[in-house]
Amino acid sequence: MSGVLCTLVIAELAQGRPSKLTCELLGLARNLAGTTGGAVAAALLASHTDGIASELIAHGADRVYAIEHPMFGSYHSESWVGAAAQICKDAAPGAVLIGHTVSGADLAPRLAFRLGTAVAMGCEGVSFVADKLAFTRPCFGGNARQTVSFKTAPAVATVRAGCYDAPAPDRERRGEVTPLEQPLGEEALRVKVIERRRDADDGARLEEAAIVVAGGRGLNGPEGFRLLERLAATLGAAVGASRVPCDLGWCPRSWQIGLTGRTVQPDLYIAVGISGAGHHMAGCGGAKAIVAVNTDREAAIFKDARFGVVGDYRQFVPALIEEVRKLLGD
Amino acid sequence: MRIVVCVKQVPDPEAAFSMFRIDEQAKKVIPAPGLQLVMSPFDEQAVEAALRIRERHPEAKIAVISMGPETSRNAIKHGLAMGADEGVLLSDAAFEDADSYSTACTLARAIVKLGGCDLVLTGRQAADWDAGVVGAGVGELLGLPVITFAKDVQVENGIVRVERVLDDGAEIVEASLPALVTVSNELGAARTPNLRETMRAARKPITVWKAADLGLGANEAGAAGARCVIERLFAPVKNNRCEFVAGSVREQAAGLVERLREAKLI
Repeated sequence: MSGVLCTLVIAELAQGRPSKLTCELLGLARNLAGTTGGAVAAALLASHTDGIASELIAHGADRVYAIEHPMFGSYHSESWVGAAAQICKDAAPGAVLIGHTVSGADLAPRLAFRLGTAVAMGCEGVSFVADKLAFTRPCFGGNARQTVSFKTAPAVATVRAGCYDAPAPDRERRGEVTPLEQPLGEEALRVKVIERRRDADDGARLEEAAIVVAGGRGLNGPEGFRLLERLAATLGAAVGASRVPCDLGWCPRSWQIGLTGRTVQPDLYIAVGISGAGHHMAGCGGAKAIVAVNTDREAAIFKDARFGVVGDYRQFVPALIEEVRKLLGD
Repeated sequence: MRIVVCVKQVPDPEAAFSMFRIDEQAKKVIPAPGLQLVMSPFDEQAVEAALRIRERHPEAKIAVISMGPETSRNAIKHGLAMGADEGVLLSDAAFEDADSYSTACTLARAIVKLGGCDLVLTGRQAADWDAGVVGAGVGELLGLPVITFAKDVQVENGIVRVERVLDDGAEIVEASLPALVTVSNELGAARTPNLRETMRAARKPITVWKAADLGLGANEAGAAGARCVIERLFAPVKNNRCEFVAGSVREQAAGLVERLREAKLI
């Protein structure tokens, strides 16, 4: 895999615009293009592509393969796999980058097998060393990292949110748009969506928040999250959780941070009653600073934390809210 | 109705990671001697999903299938003790050091050799490599509709109805059988085998197949069939310099706010 390498980014939309993660992937693809001399392509599957293709170009795409069809109003596994595979035939990319979201984690393995190639899931780093693409990802519950390369092309990968900077959009950038036809008719879809339900939007805010307050098993019940919500409101933060409280129904599933949940990279991550198991840290280890509040001084979370408080959160968090209010002159 | 559940045996993921050693030379994670090997938890939930379906469809037969070393027989036995009907162990030196691609090829071939099935269930990802690829891969190779991240799986009149987890909610989807579904932790806890089922399980059949039994060529299984190469395996770097804020609760709160303000974090 030497010389010119085309990197294809499969765009995901949020509120009708390329998502932040998609822009980050375009930034990563531009880095790779800088090293390899290759081009950056984007796949745009949407019910309306107007104005979005130019956004992708402004963020770094040289060419946008656009398929406009009502079917792409939201993610549907079969139609996306079929369309992405067709675009890969046209674009002949060396690498395909997909955001590590629930949709991306569904799409990437299927697309890879459809193309007869392998896939690296949930990557934190992608580099081009010695003429080879190398993908680094957490494994073993976040306790280890592996770097993999591919024997087959294209290399398909999902990349976690916040690992790369989204370049500032350049509206002067020029690129080409290649419209394509949707390869599958609606009647060809074997999996039918009967019903979709959206939780309150709290989850979506997590990736964007500068401060995240997260609770774990140590909260000992759903009431703890009410306290964390008060702290978050005082700080202008978003609220997240480790897996156990979500499994126990103490908070919405969309709050889950970790290997099987969201990845956040805030400036400040306040972990309350979270032991710091590898699978949770895989979702928040990229925070600039972690504050850990835990009754157990030996908890693993303190190994990752910059500041630690040993104590009962039920006393500490209200005191912290009061101190923050004082500071903010409230 | 025939249900096949693909399971993997892994070193107990609940064990502290200090029980593991990363061998950077061999690019392997080595569990401490004596560390328990268990069925990967999401796969256990896939077996649970199959058993719940059989509660409504008593005629359903559940096969548990695993590719791995001879010890994987114990993961299959666990599935049988939970209530599955039969086991298939795919064990051969030729399967060693497989990646997700060659693992999926081997499992898919075994499912075909079983005579196919109505429903394939797998966990969303295995608790060792955390990739979440094999399930969808088996579905692609078998040309089945694939539904990922299930929190509820029901079968009625030849149709599988799945509630699946989304980033910001959930959706209900349906597909005609045969189909493949990967199961997520939201399904809820898997049952613990009781003594009676464990005793019965001892009499349930476990078939063992090797690469040749599956008609797999030299380049299709294990390391030879892999399409990924592990270049490095290492431990993430930890800064390990936590500053503990001491004092009374009030002093701790004031001290933390002071430090966060100094660090311009708030």
